[in-house]
Amino acid sequence: MSRTQPITSHDNAKVMNRFALTQRLVAQLTHDEAVVAGIGNTNFDLWAAGRRPQNFYMLGSMGLAIPIALGVALAQPKRHVVALEGDGSLLMQLGCLTTIAMLAPRNLTIVLMDNGIYQITGSQPTPAATAADYVAIAHGAGVVRSAWAADEEDFDRLAREALAEGGPTLIAARIDRSPAVATTERDPVQIRERFMRGLGVRAG
Amino acid sequence: MALADAQSKAGSWHGIVQQTLKNNDVKLVPYVPDKVFTPLIASLHADGYFTTFPTAREEEAVGVLAGAWMAGTRGAMLMQTSGFGTIPNALASLAVPYQIPLIMFVSERGTLGEFNLGQALVCRTMRPVLDALAIESHTITRLDELAFTVDRSIKQAVATQAPVAFILSPLLTGGKVFEA
Repeated sequence: MSRTQPITSHDNAKVMNRFALTQRLVAQLTHDEAVVAGIGNTNFDLWAAGRRPQNFYMLGSMGLAIPIALGVALAQPKRHVVALEGDGSLLMQLGCLTTIAMLAPRNLTIVLMDNGIYQITGSQPTPAATAADYVAIAHGAGVVRSAWAADEEDFDRLAREALAEGGPTLIAARIDRSPAVATTERDPVQIRERFMRGLGVRAG
Repeated sequence: MALADAQSKAGSWHGIVQQTLKNNDVKLVPYVPDKVFTPLIASLHADGYFTTFPTAREEEAVGVLAGAWMAGTRGAMLMQTSGFGTIPNALASLAVPYQIPLIMFVSERGTLGEFNLGQALVCRTMRPVLDALAIESHTITRLDELAFTVDRSIKQAVATQAPVAFILSPLLTGGKVFEA
């Protein structure tokens, strides 16, 4: 990413589709990058986008996808790690952006799916839905490589640059209210074991 | 550091914790600070073996350690009693069901001379939460039992893929006293 100030804003960013963007992201993951997906629709659509052993799916602990991804990034500095998180989940743990800015792991990218609602609990608006801007928040926290994706092509470009150039980077995407296209299997031990094998920590 | 100072630090509770973490390849130490942990935090920062940093909330440290462990690095978190009071959901929905050997050090506030009623009350929630989740915990009061308890329990946590909490009593650390 050559610019450090966002040009696209929340107000003029195109409203896109989470599953379509997740597929576009996964298509760029050609080096066994790890992906940690937050609760609910974010990880359901990651699951639907293909069974990668380097994917980790949370079942609770709302807000911890980004901290988990940070832990993976610190432990394996040669592997790029993507945190796939929803807007309501990030709101639960905004302080983690300051931790990431302080540690500045080059191998960490945050992809934020923002539809302004708690979709899985009945689509209630989040407190941030009307007045807040997540990219401005990320900038304020010190994550200076943060930008709104203007449209699908811009999302592809931002993801490509984040994976190639190093971060930390935050890419925010406005998304519609479409439900997830599948539901992740809910077996935490199996999810963890598969992930650890995918990261080369466990054999088999 | 003068020899006498070095010997005195090595034999202190924080020197023993630092060395026992090293002996068990525990390298990553996120924390939310506590006054009692000040010398331990300073020693870890001064020791290049450790990657140690503050997090904004204790839950965040649970997440970082879960990710790091799954990616092959062992860690431990430092917090005070009130900090433990913020993490039951992360324990119940991440560390326990995913079988993560989360290693926790809690500086025990709220007892043995506490001056803050808020600390005294949240302290009473800590052991019931640990027990409800069947998380192994040890309240450590004696310097001569510290290395053995921490060393063996870290090994057990890793071998059995289960969290463990070390509650460091004011009897061990001196605690925090009200300075009028």
